[in-house]
Order: sequence, then C-alpha cells, then structure tokens
Amino acid sequence: MPARPDLRRSSGLAALALVVLLLPLALQNNYHYEVAILVGLNAIVCVGLNLLIGYAGQISLGHAGFFGLGAYGSAILTVRYGWPPVGAMLATTAGVALVAWVIGRPILRMRGHYLAMATLGMGIIISIVIATEDRLTGGPDGMSVPPLALFGLALAGERLWYWMVGGVLLVAVWLALNLVDSPHGRALRALHGSEIGAEVAGIDSASHKVRVFVISAVYAAVAGSLTAHYAGFVTPSKVTFFHSIELVTMVVFGGMASTFGAVVGAALLTTLPQALTVFKEYEMVMFGAVMMLTMIFMPKGLVPTLAARFASRRPSP
Amino acid sequence: MSAQFLQFLLAGLTVGAIYALVALGFSIIYNASQVINFAQGEFVMIGGMTTVSLTAIGWPLPFAIAAAVLAAAAVGLALEKFAVEPARGASVVTLIIITIGASILLRGVATLVWDKNIHPLKAFSGDAPIQIGGATLVPQSLWVMGITLVIVLLLTWFFGRTLLGKALLATSHNRLAAQLVGINVRHVLLASFGLSAALGAVAGILVAPITFTSWDVGVMLGLKGFAAAILGGMGSGPGAVLGGLLLGIIESMGAGYISSAYKDAIAFVVILAVLFFLPSGLLGKRSTDRV
Repeated sequence: MPARPDLRRSSGLAALALVVLLLPLALQNNYHYEVAILVGLNAIVCVGLNLLIGYAGQISLGHAGFFGLGAYGSAILTVRYGWPPVGAMLATTAGVALVAWVIGRPILRMRGHYLAMATLGMGIIISIVIATEDRLTGGPDGMSVPPLALFGLALAGERLWYWMVGGVLLVAVWLALNLVDSPHGRALRALHGSEIGAEVAGIDSASHKVRVFVISAVYAAVAGSLTAHYAGFVTPSKVTFFHSIELVTMVVFGGMASTFGAVVGAALLTTLPQALTVFKEYEMVMFGAVMMLTMIFMPKGLVPTLAARFASRRPSP
Repeated sequence: MSAQFLQFLLAGLTVGAIYALVALGFSIIYNASQVINFAQGEFVMIGGMTTVSLTAIGWPLPFAIAAAVLAAAAVGLALEKFAVEPARGASVVTLIIITIGASILLRGVATLVWDKNIHPLKAFSGDAPIQIGGATLVPQSLWVMGITLVIVLLLTWFFGRTLLGKALLATSHNRLAAQLVGINVRHVLLASFGLSAALGAVAGILVAPITFTSWDVGVMLGLKGFAAAILGGMGSGPGAVLGGLLLGIIESMGAGYISSAYKDAIAFVVILAVLFFLPSGLLGKRSTDRV
C-alpha cells in the first residue's frame, strides 16, 4: 500500500476525468458517441457492483434486476403517471434502495454459491414480472420513455448525453473511491477476508453487507433510469440473467477490488462486441476466446495485473 | 389422486429427471474443483445436436448416442486441460468467468458447426402415448426416467465401489489429504469434467425428442441444473437428484395450477424460500469457517 492513498485516489480520478474530457477528440460520429455513452452507463453499474463483489466479496448474479427496476421505474412513473423525469428518477432510486434493503437482509445471510443462486433467483423473478405484467410494462415489446427534461427543457442529443453520463460516472467513481477508504470500506475488506474474523474485531458484518448491497443497487438503478431516458425505450432484454452475468464479467475482467478496473472492464467488454462485428459469424467464438484467454493469463483481471507488472519494473523506494 | 394431478406429476418428473442429470454434472465438478461450471449446459447442447446430426447422416441411434456422449466427454476433458488447468491457483470467481467464456465459445462453435435452427430428434420408441390412471405419457418420458434411474444407480456404484470414484470422493472431502495418500488430484479433476460432460450429453439426448434441440438449448437447462444442484445442496449427489426432481415438479405444478407465465418465477420463489430456512440447501453439508 502506498503511503498516500488520498494522493493516489485523486490522481486516478484526475486521469479518468482527463480521459472523459479528451475522448470526444477521438469520437467521430454519433455512433461512436453512442458506444461511449453505453460504456459510461455500464461503467456506473460496474463501479457499484465492484464495491459488492470486489471489496465485500459478496457475489450478485442479479444486478440486472436492479438496473431493470431503475429503468422501468422511470418509464412507468413518467409514462403511466405523468411524473416529471427527474422526480421519477429520484423516487425510483429511493424505491430500489428500499427493495434492495428488504431483499438484502435475508439474502445476504447466505454465502458463496448459495448467495449466487439467491441473487440469480431474485434477478430472474424481477425479469419475469417485468416481462409478464404487460399492462404496466408493455411486456416483451417494452415501452417508450420520454426524454429526460430539466425545468421543462428536454435533454437530448448524443453530445449532451456524453457529458452528462461522463459527469455522473466521475461522481460515481469519486463516491466509490471515498467509500473504499472510509471505515465502512475497511470493514468490507475485513469481512471479505473473514466474516468471523471481522465480527471478532467488532464489525457488524450483516449491516455492512446490507449497506453495500443497497449502495450497489442504487448505482445500478441510476444507470438504469438514465439508460431508459437516453434510449427512449425500455425492453426486458436488459433485465435478463445474461445481462447480470455480463455485468459481473465486466467487473472480474477489469479486475476485482479495483474501481478503475471496473471502468476499464466495462469499457472493453462494451466495445469488444462492436469491434468484433467485423468477424461476423465468428463474433461469438472470438468473444468467448478473448474472455477465456484474458482470465487464464490475467486471473486477477486487467488493471491489477498490469498495475503489478508496471510497479515491479520500477525500483521500489 | 386426480388424473390432472398425476399428469402434472409425470410431466414434472420427466423434466425433473433431466434437471437432475445436469445438476449431478454441476455437483461432480464442484466436488472436485470448487468450480461452478457454467459451461455445463453446453454439454447438454453438444449431446443433443451431435446425435441429431449423426442420425441425420444415417447412423443408427445407439451408435449416434454413444458417439455424442464421447464427443461431449472429449470437449469436457479439453475444457479442463486447456482452460481450467492452466488457470490453476486463480480465484473461484475467475474460474467461473472462464467457464462462462467457454460456454459462449462453445455456443459460437455450435452455430458454425451446425446452425441457429431448432432440430427435432425422433423419439427412441415411437410417439404413441401411454395411458396411466387417466394421464397420458409419451414413451420418451419413460426413457428419460428409466435411464436417469440407471445412471443414478451406476453413479452410486461408481462412487461407492470403484477406485476412481472413491478418489473423486476423497478429493472432494480434502484435496490435500487425498494428495498425501497418493491420489493424483489432477487426474481426478480431469475425470470429473469428462464424467460431468457425459452426464450432460445424456440429458441433452434424452430430452431432445421432447423439447427439440438447438445451439442455445444449454443456456436454460444449465441454469435449471444449477438451481437444482443448489436446492439439493451443492456437492451432494442425492441432493442433486432430489433438487432436480423437486424443481421439475414445482415448475409443472406451478404452471398447471397457478400460472404458466410465472412457472419459472414460482420455482425460484420456492428455491429462495428453501434457502432462507436451509442456507445450504436440502441435503448440503453445513459448512463451518476456519479463521
């Protein structure tokens, strides 16, 4: 551990801000912006999920469910009940936090694969409800969502969304970095190492686990709400089990317990399928192969592996 | 017992037997390596699809089945040898992601070798339905249940009476101790993947005449197999069978009596409820942590 975690933290955040600031130089058309926005939205979910998986060591195979609740909450409140988008987003996020708290308390008593199963089941139940209650959600066809509006002013256009999502991502990363270095973050790492050990040291592991579960659900819900307004449309396809798996894969791929790793993982795994479309029918084979090879040769994920390699080249002070 | 109830029960047992075979595959690999193999469903697909294409070019069914099971086992061995073994020492989550990558890769290969269409397979012994107490049953259901029963008996014999089976059990109880008494743990790991793949393939072949088969048939069956294994208690053989049959029956009853749209949701609600009260499944080992 470096001596100045606060320095390391702010330099990382500054680097990310620089990337967000300079990236538009490389973005040539609306499609590029679209991909970049998608990366940002996925990254927000992954930063939150990484707090749960990477730091607290609790797996979730159901976070697409929270993403979906966020998206559909915004969609239903604005379309069916005529709420203003921002109010709907706040209410939805609060609602998802409550749902996560209620579900989290009993579920987080389980461990390892049983927790994986329970979260997976939770995600699937949410996705089935969304796909079946078609009077409210439009069923498998989905429903359209009005654009985000502030004081009656509609926010639309790829460029505007890019800065908005970039801003939210930076705030999300900043909050996550602060949380990791707070007493709560240290408690999470302690219970990751050993729950019993942490409890012996006076940490209420149950309440810490529930808290980080709720936080990660809020991250997913915010990204879900934003996605719904950005796309102008929601379908159940982003609420499926596969999307949950995709999110976990991004976190592990980038590097667990590394907030920037989560961002990098989201960026790579969001852009990779776009880049692989040139391989046409070989796309899926290539995607699977890249995933396997990366994890075989960099089992700790991209960012921690590369960081360790970089650090070992420098003479240690 | 009403005819309708019997009908749902038989349908549930049929699909439950398939889940049980997939769940056994999960449990065997889990016992040997602590890994949840998310590519388990792809063995189901490989079994079904290989049988379909071999019978299509004129192979007699028994030979096609044998070849399909061997093909799946070979893929299982290759998965262990080239993907799991090189990543030895990686965390369990990393290994799980590797198997997810493998499942995407295998599905991709399947779309190249075969296609994205749905393929039927002829039932083993005709389609004439059988009447049992007012319920109707396709003969293929009897094949599913019968062969599953035979496989469960064979596995009981394998784990109780053979050296390799006992080595597998010993490794699952304590890897280091198994190594110390001279068990080649690497061979055990390899064998567990081969055996699980073969079991998955059998499930895929048995179910193909009822539900048809396609390149992505393994996704849902793999998920259900995992759920069944957890419901019964991950790593427990009898638990996997019990979990599979129960899951099949819950689904079938839920679809019949409550709502077919919500049948999967009902099944998962029941699983969650069971896990609330028995956090390590119905027959799972109660785990304790060492600090």
